[in-house]
Amino acid sequence: MRVTIRLFARLREIAGAAEMAREVAPGATIGGVWRQLASEYPALGPYERSISSAVNADYARMDTELREGDEVAFLPPVSGG
Amino acid sequence: MSPLVAIGSEPLQLDRLIAAVTARAAESIGSDGAVVTFLGLVRNRNLGRRVLFLEYEAYDSLALKTFERISGEVDRRWPGVRLALHHRTGRVDVGHASVAIAAASPHRADAYAACRYTIERVKQIAPVWKREFFEGGDVWIEGATADPTDETARAEAERTACA
Repeated sequence: MRVTIRLFARLREIAGAAEMAREVAPGATIGGVWRQLASEYPALGPYERSISSAVNADYARMDTELREGDEVAFLPPVSGG
Repeated sequence: MSPLVAIGSEPLQLDRLIAAVTARAAESIGSDGAVVTFLGLVRNRNLGRRVLFLEYEAYDSLALKTFERISGEVDRRWPGVRLALHHRTGRVDVGHASVAIAAASPHRADAYAACRYTIERVKQIAPVWKREFFEGGDVWIEGATADPTDETARAEAERTACA
């Protein structure tokens, strides 16, 4: 199935794209998509323990299962204000 | 009519937040005794570096939902407080505001606490990032891992607000 991945700030720069489409296995979790992405862009690896994630613009845990067409986002530690 | 929560590249106008929080339903007109406001400004120095400007990036749709969430938390903790929260994105120069908060309440203690709580929560969970451009380079600032369900962090924000 196909999902859209959104990346922000430093993660966006590492991958060189704010948004990308990827084919993932049916039933894939957010964590699975992250590992797929980190193997594609090894420089993302060190962020594994500090990122947050979201599905369709709602915070979601890494074990959340994705559905066809979902927008999954990976967020580095935030620094608003 | 100015919205209670907003994110965008337009310069922040505190008077618009004040108008938004004091626009009460007819039966509540005149019930406010205090409006407390907070402006977060871009400072010219950070960690010994001379800051030139900041550039803010946000996940806009999630940021708005997160602002609503913070507003809901404020409403549960300080019933009667009306909150406005606007955050800026894009380039913000030294001396200019990146975030604006207004809290209206019948009594000042609640308005002060709600305002402080809100900025602490923004820093914990709002999907917003700043990139600092300083003399000699630039760096992404990375603070807290955002987890709105982390009750320990939320309680810490509340402690800070009520100290």
